[in-house]
Amino acid sequence: MSREMETKALIVGGGVAGIQAALDIADGGYQVILVERTPSIGGHMVQLSEVFPTLDCPQCILTPKMVMCGQHPNIDIKAYCEIESVTGEVGNFTVKIRHKATYVDWDACTGCGQCEQKCPTKAPSEFNRELAFGPRKAIYSPFAQAVPNKRVIDADHCLKLTKDKCGVCAKVCPTQAIRYDMEDWIEEVKVGAIIVATGYELYKKENLTEYASDPDVIDGLEFERILCPSGPTAGVIKRPSDGKEPLDIVFVQCAGSRDPDKHFPYCSRVCCMYCCKMAMLYKHAVPDGQAYIFYIDVRTDGKMYEEFYQRGVEEDRIVYLRGKVSKIFRQGEKIVVFGMDTLTGKRVEVEADLVVLAMAMIPNPAGEKVKKILNLKTDEFGFITESHAKLHPVETGIDGIFVAGTAQAPKDIPETVAQAGGAASKVLSLFSGYERNKACA
Amino acid sequence: MKIPYYPGCTLKTKAKDFEDSAIAAARVLGIEMEELPRWNCCGTVYSLSSDDLIHQLAPIRNLIRAKEQESDRLVTLCSMCYNTLKRANEFFLADEEKRERIKRYLDDEIPYEGDVRVVQLLELLRDEVSMDAIKEAVKKPLTGLKVAPYYGCMLLRPASIGIDDVERPTVMEDVLRALGADVIDDPYKTECCGAYQTVSQKDVVATCAHSILTSAQGNGAEVIALSCPLCDFNLDNRQKEVQERFNGFHPMPVLYFTQLMAIAFGLDPSVCRFELSYNDPVPLLKSKGLIE
Ligand SMILES: Cc1cc2nc3c(=O)[nH]c(=O)nc-3n(C[C@H](O)[C@H](O)[C@H](O)COP(=O)(O)OP(=O)(O)OC[C@H]3O[C@@H](n4cnc5c(N)ncnc54)[C@H](O)[C@@H]3O)c2cc1C
Ligand code: SF4
Ligand code: SF4
Repeated sequence: MSREMETKALIVGGGVAGIQAALDIADGGYQVILVERTPSIGGHMVQLSEVFPTLDCPQCILTPKMVMCGQHPNIDIKAYCEIESVTGEVGNFTVKIRHKATYVDWDACTGCGQCEQKCPTKAPSEFNRELAFGPRKAIYSPFAQAVPNKRVIDADHCLKLTKDKCGVCAKVCPTQAIRYDMEDWIEEVKVGAIIVATGYELYKKENLTEYASDPDVIDGLEFERILCPSGPTAGVIKRPSDGKEPLDIVFVQCAGSRDPDKHFPYCSRVCCMYCCKMAMLYKHAVPDGQAYIFYIDVRTDGKMYEEFYQRGVEEDRIVYLRGKVSKIFRQGEKIVVFGMDTLTGKRVEVEADLVVLAMAMIPNPAGEKVKKILNLKTDEFGFITESHAKLHPVETGIDGIFVAGTAQAPKDIPETVAQAGGAASKVLSLFSGYERNKACA
Repeated sequence: MKIPYYPGCTLKTKAKDFEDSAIAAARVLGIEMEELPRWNCCGTVYSLSSDDLIHQLAPIRNLIRAKEQESDRLVTLCSMCYNTLKRANEFFLADEEKRERIKRYLDDEIPYEGDVRVVQLLELLRDEVSMDAIKEAVKKPLTGLKVAPYYGCMLLRPASIGIDDVERPTVMEDVLRALGADVIDDPYKTECCGAYQTVSQKDVVATCAHSILTSAQGNGAEVIALSCPLCDFNLDNRQKEVQERFNGFHPMPVLYFTQLMAIAFGLDPSVCRFELSYNDPVPLLKSKGLIE
C-alpha cells in the first residue's frame, strides 16, 4: 500500500455496541475516538433494570466497561458530540465533529454535582423516559454513573439562558466551570476506519391509535425505569397516574412489530424475552400481583432463553394469552384491555392497573444524519444494510465503514456484543495488516 | 354548492328525521343536497350474496346516476350506504378484469370509469365547509349538552374507505364542538352496535347496546350522536330490551348529528322529526333551553 493509513478508529454511538468495539480496538493497541450524542456513554442498556437471561443489573455489568472506556489510554470519549461531515476513504477519513455547547467547561468540572443540587429548575429526564417520577435539573448529568462524569446545561430550560435570571450554578461551582456564553464548536479529526453503532429507539405508542394515550399505558423502557432498583421510584412498582401499586398488569407483545399492514413486518426479537423478564421482576416486587402477557408466538431461541420462559410460567405464574389486543382504554381507575385468547377462541377483557406495550424497535432517529453523511445503504425501515447477510455481517457497502448493534437490526445484548467484537476485529485486521505490509516493505 | 345526494331506503322511512334535518342544516351552510332523480337500493342487501360481481351492480348503477347529473361526487348520509357505494367503486377501480365484466352487464348505461367519488356529509363538512364556517352558522350553541359521538363501523372500516382514523376518529367530535356541545370522549365509540343481529338475536344487540350506552353514561354523556340508521335502531329502540335485561339501566336519547346541527343553527325543531325517536329527546333539549 502506497498511501499512509491513519490507524485510528472512529466509533459513532456509545451504547453497549460502541463501548465493546472501542474496548476491543483499544486493547489491540490502536486509538479510538468514541462519539456519543448524549452527555454519557451507556446507551439503552444502562436504562434497563436487570437483563435476561441471567438477571444481572447493567449497573454491575456495564458500568465497569464504561469506566474502562473512560480510563483507557487509547480511548478518547467525545460525549455530547455529533458528526458533522466525513470525507475521504478507507485509511484516510477526515471527520468534522460538532461539540455541542455544554455551558460547562469540562476541563474544569470535577463532577461534584453541587450545581445540580442547587439548580431550581426541573425538566423531564430523557434517561427516565420523561416519566413523571424522575425529573432532572436544568444542569444535569443523566445518571449517577455517567461517563464522563460532567454536567451539561439544558438550554431550553435553564433560567439563565432563557430569561437571563438565576445564575445559581455559576455561584456555587467550586471550580468556576460554568460558561453561559459557550457555543458549539467544530473539531476535525483523521481516522482510518469507522464503526456506526447508533442503536435503536422504540416506535412511538401514539402510532397505535387503538391503544389509548394514557399515563398508565407505557412502553417497555418506561417500565424498565420503574422496575430499576436505582430508578426514579427506587424500584417500588408504581403506576404513573397516581403512584398506586398495580395489582393487575398486562404486557402486549408485538406492538407495532409483525404487523405488515399498518406498522412493521419484522420481529423486534427482544420483546418476548423482556416481557417475560419484566413480568418476573414485577412478580418478585409485587407477589400478590398478576401479570398477563398477550403474544402472537413466544420466541425464546437463545441460549438459556426457553428455560427462562418456562421459569416465568411455572414459578411466577405469568398468564400467557395467545392473541392480539384490539383495544385499550381507560374506564375510571382501570385500564381495560380487549383481547382474544385464540387457544380457547374466546374474547378476553382484562381490567388492568397498568399496561406495558412492547413497542417495535426502530433505528434511532438520531442516527439518520450519520447514515446520510456516510451514504450508507439501509433497508426500507432505516436499519443499516450489511454487505452480505451471511458472510459479511459487519461490513457496510463502503470500505472501512462497519456496523454494530441494533443500528443494523433488532437484537439483544449478547448478539450486540458479539457483533461489536466482530466489527472491532475487522478494524484491527485492517490496521495491523497495513502495519505488517509496511514493515515488510 | 350543489351536490347530488343519495338517500337510500331507510332515510325515506324510519330515518326521515336524519334526512330532513340534514338537508335543512346543510342548506344553512350553503350546501344544496339534490336528491338523485332516480336511484335504487344501495346494494347492501345484495352484498349478502356470495358472488362478488353481481352485488356491485346496484351500487355502480347509483354512481352512474350521479354521473348523469354531470357530477364527479355523490353525498350520502346513511353510513351503510356510504360504505356500500364507496367500496363498490373501490372494487370497480381495483381490478380491470372485473371492471370490464361489470361494464358488460351495464351496457344499457352511459360509460362509467369509476370517476364518481362517494363522500359522507361529515367529510364534506370537514374538508370543504370547515369547522370555522360551522361555528359561524351557530345561533344556539349547544352549551352544556354532554354528547358522546358514536361511529360504529361503517364510516371507518375497512381503513381504505374510512372517513377518518379507523381507531381514533375525531371528525364528529370536531363538528359537535363547533356546535358548542360538551363532547364526551367514549372508548366504545367504534365498538360494534350488533348490526343485523338485531333481526334474530335481540339479546346480542341488547348486550352490545348496553355496553356502549353505559360506557357513554359513565363518562357523563346525556345523549348519543351518530350517523347510521341501523346503529340508531340498535342504540335507541333496543333500549327497551336493554331495560328488560339489565337492572338499573337508565334510558337515554340518541340523535343524528344533523339533528343537533339543526338545533344549533336555530332551525325550526320540526325539521328534526323528534317524534320518530324511541327515547324522546325533547325533555333533555328543553331542559338545556335549546328548544321551546
Ligand atoms: C424494554 C427493553 C428491555 C430490554 N431488555 C434486555 C435484556 O434484558 N437483555 C438483553 O440482552 N437485551 C435487552 N434489550 C435490548 C438491548 O437494549 C439492546 O440489545 C442494546 O441496548 C443495543 O445496544 P446498541 O449499542 O446497539 O444500541 P443503543 O443502546 O441504542 O445505543 C446507541 C447509542 O448511540 C447513540 N447515538 C445515536 N445516534 C447518534 C449520533 N448521531 N451520534 C452519536 N451517537 C449517537 C445513542 O445516544 C446511544 O447511546 C431490551 C430492550 C428493550 C427495548
Ligand atoms: S458544580 Fe461545577 S464542578 Fe461541580 S459538577 Fe457542577 S459544573 Fe462540575
Ligand atoms: S442558571 Fe440555569 S442551570 Fe444554572 S442553576 Fe439556574 S436554572 Fe439551573
